[in-house]
Amino acid sequence: MRLLIIRYFPLVMLAALWEFAARAAKGSFTLPSLVDISIAWFELVKSGELLTNGADSIYRAFAGLALAVVIGTMLGVFMALSRSANILISPLVELFYPLPKSALIPITVIWLGFGDASKILLIFLGCMLPVTIGAYNGARSTEQFLLWSASSMGAGHMRMMRDVVFPSALPELLNGIRTALALSFILLVTSELIASRKGFGYLIGLYGSGGIYDAMFATVLTVAFLGFFADRGFQMVTQRAMSWRE
Amino acid sequence: MSSQAQIVVEGVSHYYRPPRGREVLALSNVSLEVYEREFVALLGPSGCGKSTLLYLIGGFLPIERGSIRVEGGEVLSPGPDRGIVFQHFALFPWKTVLGNVSYGLQLAGFSGEERTSRAHKFIDLVGLSGFEHSYPSQLSGGMKQRAAIARTLAFDPKILLMDEPFGALDSQTRSLMQSELLGIWRSSPKTVIFVTHDVQEAVYLAKRVVVMSARPGCIKSIIDTDFDKSSPDHFKSPEFIEKVDEIWNLVREEALLAQGAKSGASQP
Repeated sequence: MRLLIIRYFPLVMLAALWEFAARAAKGSFTLPSLVDISIAWFELVKSGELLTNGADSIYRAFAGLALAVVIGTMLGVFMALSRSANILISPLVELFYPLPKSALIPITVIWLGFGDASKILLIFLGCMLPVTIGAYNGARSTEQFLLWSASSMGAGHMRMMRDVVFPSALPELLNGIRTALALSFILLVTSELIASRKGFGYLIGLYGSGGIYDAMFATVLTVAFLGFFADRGFQMVTQRAMSWRE
Repeated sequence: MSSQAQIVVEGVSHYYRPPRGREVLALSNVSLEVYEREFVALLGPSGCGKSTLLYLIGGFLPIERGSIRVEGGEVLSPGPDRGIVFQHFALFPWKTVLGNVSYGLQLAGFSGEERTSRAHKFIDLVGLSGFEHSYPSQLSGGMKQRAAIARTLAFDPKILLMDEPFGALDSQTRSLMQSELLGIWRSSPKTVIFVTHDVQEAVYLAKRVVVMSARPGCIKSIIDTDFDKSSPDHFKSPEFIEKVDEIWNLVREEALLAQGAKSGASQP
């Protein structure tokens, strides 16, 4: 408990500083006080606005990320195992990797409209590459002697994939997924801000342009905390899965 | 010992192809017969292709020229009739000792209960009781190799291929493991092919020592080392010293050759 307090002391400092600045700039609405933001947050929850929009956003992020993890993992492992797949796919990965995925927002909207599908596609496209690269590097790091051991015990190709290649790839893969998780939040809010009628990003844009800054900040902070807890939770799962490491 | 050899290596040559650079003839026209329940050591300087020969018998590398037959059948791929123990253990780091030892049994189709009791039996045999639920990262080098040996013995291969299994261990652990391996082999003899560059280890463990020469690797001579080594003082017995000396001279020539000392090429 004491450790926790010490660890998050900078956050408390920041909050105090914020409150001080907000009170000093009384009359300016662009920096609402934390008290006002909290009140706005409870009202947003009570009206159900935050929860319905939040549910939409979480569904989009989760669906896009889940697709990216499943397809990205398969693609990465496939590239690591098959030379021809590597030759075929890696130029595409190299070309697509540095492209800012937010540049695809207009395209996904033209293709799939303002609803869930365009957001899911965007998040999928943006999150797939870090997962693919993680799975690829991980699977390639599989030790030859482990494969030989398994095959001498009678493991076939599918068994070796499941029992040796996949666990060998797991540490790098989980790293890639962690990056993808952070990216999914970025792409979600950006795309909702630009072209959506629901979701966190939509709310932020709506309150921002309407001048209701305490509600806007309340939504921004909600997203920030959700991102934080998602990352924490993911790290806990990772530690669990990697407990065999020293 | 049956008159028919269990493992027949005939005219095997093998090229090593590095990702960059020229191909190297790693093995040149090697022929060897190993009999059932025989303990044979492959001895030679590093780079003589002794591990390559072992991997070929294991079925891990493709046989390009010549043939290898095990009990009459061509070796085409690895199989549970030939268990292998590697120098760096090759334990699954994400499985516990019990998980590692059980894995081969699971593949062999042992049911849950049978699998666990058999795994425990072999963990016991190598003296790792109490460490069943440890991960390899929590074990010392010697304990890791004990676990690897238990894993291989558990699925009961007819042939045990050992690739410098004690090469990564400190000398005290190594001599302890040598006598324990010999004890296990005496109580339930299997065919063992044991790769090493340690002359004393080869003479102590094996019934026959196959001395290999370097670049290209081929068999220089096969020395019979089947004499009584049961006394704790066997290291001091004249037979032991004589054999070690004889083999050491053969190996030294090869080591010198491998170092590029051409003047030593003519036989004394």
